[in-house]
Amino acid sequence: MADLSSNLAGIKSPNPFWVASGPPANTAYQSHRAFEAGWGGVVWKTIGTPIVNVASRYSALNFGRQRMIGFNNIELISDRAPETNFKEIAEVKKRWPHHAVIASLMVETREEWHEFVKRSADCGADGIELNYGCPHGMCERGMGSAVGQQPAVAERITGWVMEAATIPVIVKLTPNITDVTAAARAAKRAGANAISLINTINSITNVNLDTFVPEPTVRGQSSHGGYCGPAVKPIALNMVQNCAADPEVGLPISGIGGIANWRDAAEFIALGATNVQVCTAIMHYGFRIVEDMKEGLSAYLDSKGMKSIAGLCGLSVKTLDQWQNLDLNFQRVARIDYDKCIGCNLCYIACEDGAHQCIDLLDPASLGVGLGPGRVPFKVVPKVREEDCVGCNLCSLVCPVDQCITMVEIDNGKPKMSWSDHQAKVASGQMKPLPPHP
Amino acid sequence: MPLQPLLSAEKAAANMAEIHPPMRPQEALVEAERCLYCFDAPCIAACPTGIDVPAFIKKIASGNDAGAARTILTANILGASCARVCPTKVLCEGACVLHDRDEKPIEIGRLQRHATDFVRDHHLKVLQPPAKRNGTKVAVIGAGPAGLGCAAELAQLGYSVTILEKEKLPGGLNTYGIAYYKMTPAFSLEEIELVKSLGVEIRCGVAVGRDVSGADLQQEYKAIFVGIGLGEGHRLGVPGEDLPEVLDALAYIKRVHAEPLDRVPVGRRVVVIGCGNTAIDAVSQSLRLGAEHACIIYRRGASDMTAYDFEYELAKKEGAEFHFHAAPVEVLHREGHVSGLKLVRTRVTGAGTLEPIAGSEWIEPCDMILKAVGQEKQVPLLKKLFPSLKLNDRGAVAIDPLTGATNLAHVFAGGDCANGGREVVNAVGEGKKAAHGIHKFLSGKSQPYPEQPSRLGAQSGASGSGLLHPIRAHELEAELARKNHAPRKPGAPQ
Repeated sequence: MADLSSNLAGIKSPNPFWVASGPPANTAYQSHRAFEAGWGGVVWKTIGTPIVNVASRYSALNFGRQRMIGFNNIELISDRAPETNFKEIAEVKKRWPHHAVIASLMVETREEWHEFVKRSADCGADGIELNYGCPHGMCERGMGSAVGQQPAVAERITGWVMEAATIPVIVKLTPNITDVTAAARAAKRAGANAISLINTINSITNVNLDTFVPEPTVRGQSSHGGYCGPAVKPIALNMVQNCAADPEVGLPISGIGGIANWRDAAEFIALGATNVQVCTAIMHYGFRIVEDMKEGLSAYLDSKGMKSIAGLCGLSVKTLDQWQNLDLNFQRVARIDYDKCIGCNLCYIACEDGAHQCIDLLDPASLGVGLGPGRVPFKVVPKVREEDCVGCNLCSLVCPVDQCITMVEIDNGKPKMSWSDHQAKVASGQMKPLPPHP
Repeated sequence: MPLQPLLSAEKAAANMAEIHPPMRPQEALVEAERCLYCFDAPCIAACPTGIDVPAFIKKIASGNDAGAARTILTANILGASCARVCPTKVLCEGACVLHDRDEKPIEIGRLQRHATDFVRDHHLKVLQPPAKRNGTKVAVIGAGPAGLGCAAELAQLGYSVTILEKEKLPGGLNTYGIAYYKMTPAFSLEEIELVKSLGVEIRCGVAVGRDVSGADLQQEYKAIFVGIGLGEGHRLGVPGEDLPEVLDALAYIKRVHAEPLDRVPVGRRVVVIGCGNTAIDAVSQSLRLGAEHACIIYRRGASDMTAYDFEYELAKKEGAEFHFHAAPVEVLHREGHVSGLKLVRTRVTGAGTLEPIAGSEWIEPCDMILKAVGQEKQVPLLKKLFPSLKLNDRGAVAIDPLTGATNLAHVFAGGDCANGGREVVNAVGEGKKAAHGIHKFLSGKSQPYPEQPSRLGAQSGASGSGLLHPIRAHELEAELARKNHAPRKPGAPQ
């Protein structure tokens, strides 16, 4: 069994699965339940000057039969008194000394930051997370993403925190920014110990077509909400990789954004995260999901011969490069496995209307295609014209059957040549420019 | 004893209630979401009326139920009843590609019902009569599914259509011959209101050949569609057949439909002879009307019966018994009323014919016998109406399957009188094709609508997939063997 224990900038936890700051991390009661279920850490719902929340607060994007593929909220930071939160953190730490409890903080003035940082350490929190991300409500008061969107401001405020910090400090970054590494670098310059990303994304999930008011609705009005859930994972992965690949950042990363199972977690870790934080999936299914996360990640590490999470961390970071460094001479084509093809012809119409018109519909007799017993007979069969196939992948993506259309590498004997190589060779007269596609 | 009604009205009505409940809205959404939205889908080709199934299902998924109903009704004016009575398991659902994805096929029939119920429940008119009529009059003989399918299509093309129907009510089999628990006569009549709303005139109680002659029709109308269906049930040819409790199954089902349920007499022990879908309907109806015992007698084996498997399973579930390899010998009676049926075991000879096994006779006690052994062709009526109309060697009207054209230029035909007896949906499809045949005959123009794209690239038909008999997958396969679809670009590797 691979070792799942985690150490983020000195904050230790029995596994890399933390409950992210949010509604599931609001109380001692929830923290106890989370740890009992097997979570490795809890980032307490952001503590600050108490606020008042509205109803309703959440809205969801459903896709087909899948509920909450995207989720948005206009809930603010904790609406409980700071002393209650700090007192409960102390209780939780007493009962769970080896689990990580992080105090997420959001206040305004230097004095307030000093006070809250000190109180966090005093109550026994293992670390502090600075909430520079919240894209609604708090930013209008000059906090949350209003801070995260301005690296200079974030750097100054992080500096205030570091003046008082005695425990590790994590800066939580907002994705509502052009270049997330600018904010990450600011955190580094200010002396932060780690970064966590992403916070939620500005969004409107949907408009009620009867009332014309977007959701969530508060007495005939709505507000921009913070988007999260499975739909944001690709954005989060990109930003995590950006930070992990940037030599000027060089900070441990806690990955956040659409993580719902061990596979998602493994992807974040492979792209440079040390651990991961989960919120929406818990809001959807409860704390119990962590059991599969731990078991699955452990089995995966075992299957790869990795003894610990460290073996996986960052393995994929360098496989991402700029487009100009990709090999122009690499060739692959789509190939259809007729034992699996069900004859829906979605590959045909996708290629015909949406790509490069290189699939024909043919009489199966002309292909000599055999079908297994009991199969619905084909009327026509899609056939890839390999000499015209540009290898774009679209057909294999729309195909509803696993492993039916695969992309096959074609050995064309050509050496690797990137666009940069091409430009250099053309400039030096070693070759003529590649002709455009006819 | 003469036959008596056995159940109260309430009990009979409860027994006759629909066996397939409608989908709840969310059930329909979930099911619709499963549809892959195949391109040139096999379910379209498997539908004799060529309904664009993936299109209507995706409309349900987006909440566009009225649009879904429009897609259905544009292709099949009787889409609501077909949703209830079609053997979808062997048609559209039988062709669903999800079978091969280790998934249950889409419940196309129930989704079709969901969409058509929606417009009915909300009194929405999704089909409109044409703004202007062209003044040309066309007669349709028979207000059954074929006639209604033809009339609705012609009306939408601008013709003035009159349907002549000998019964009191329009609908033919839909009104008089479908098992109650699938569809009620009231539902059929309500559906026919849609046809009327397109401007079709239906004259009931008018029997051609009796009240109107073929010559009269030819004088008044520019074209005539013959959709008269089939005639009386076949005779058994055994002694005692004329006893009062020996009834034709279809005529009996018609009676169940035409009279209050608590006044329909039924035997306590019923024997149904034959094993087609009508026999199944008859045996189920008898049990639902209170028969204590009901069985089916079939002279061949289970693998030879023409009833669909799911109908067979349904009847068994209802409690019907099946006696295969048994043939009627004589109807027995006591005081002029049926008391039993003498039967004999049969076997198949080496030549494939049936022969009775001597000495194997036995008596099945019963007080009612329903004959479901097929129907006569209406040859005398056809000969009387159009003496030179060409019939095929089986007594059906010989037609061009793509246009419904007969050997008489202005006479077209479709439905059971031409195909010998198939499904409601086949009749509608043939009526529709004939409407386009008539349109071409009268105007010289062929109307591209409502062709559906074909998986074989064939565009020859006026409707459906363009195949001659687009009904079963194995037929599609045979059709395919005759066609060659060339690759789009020459020189492509094979």
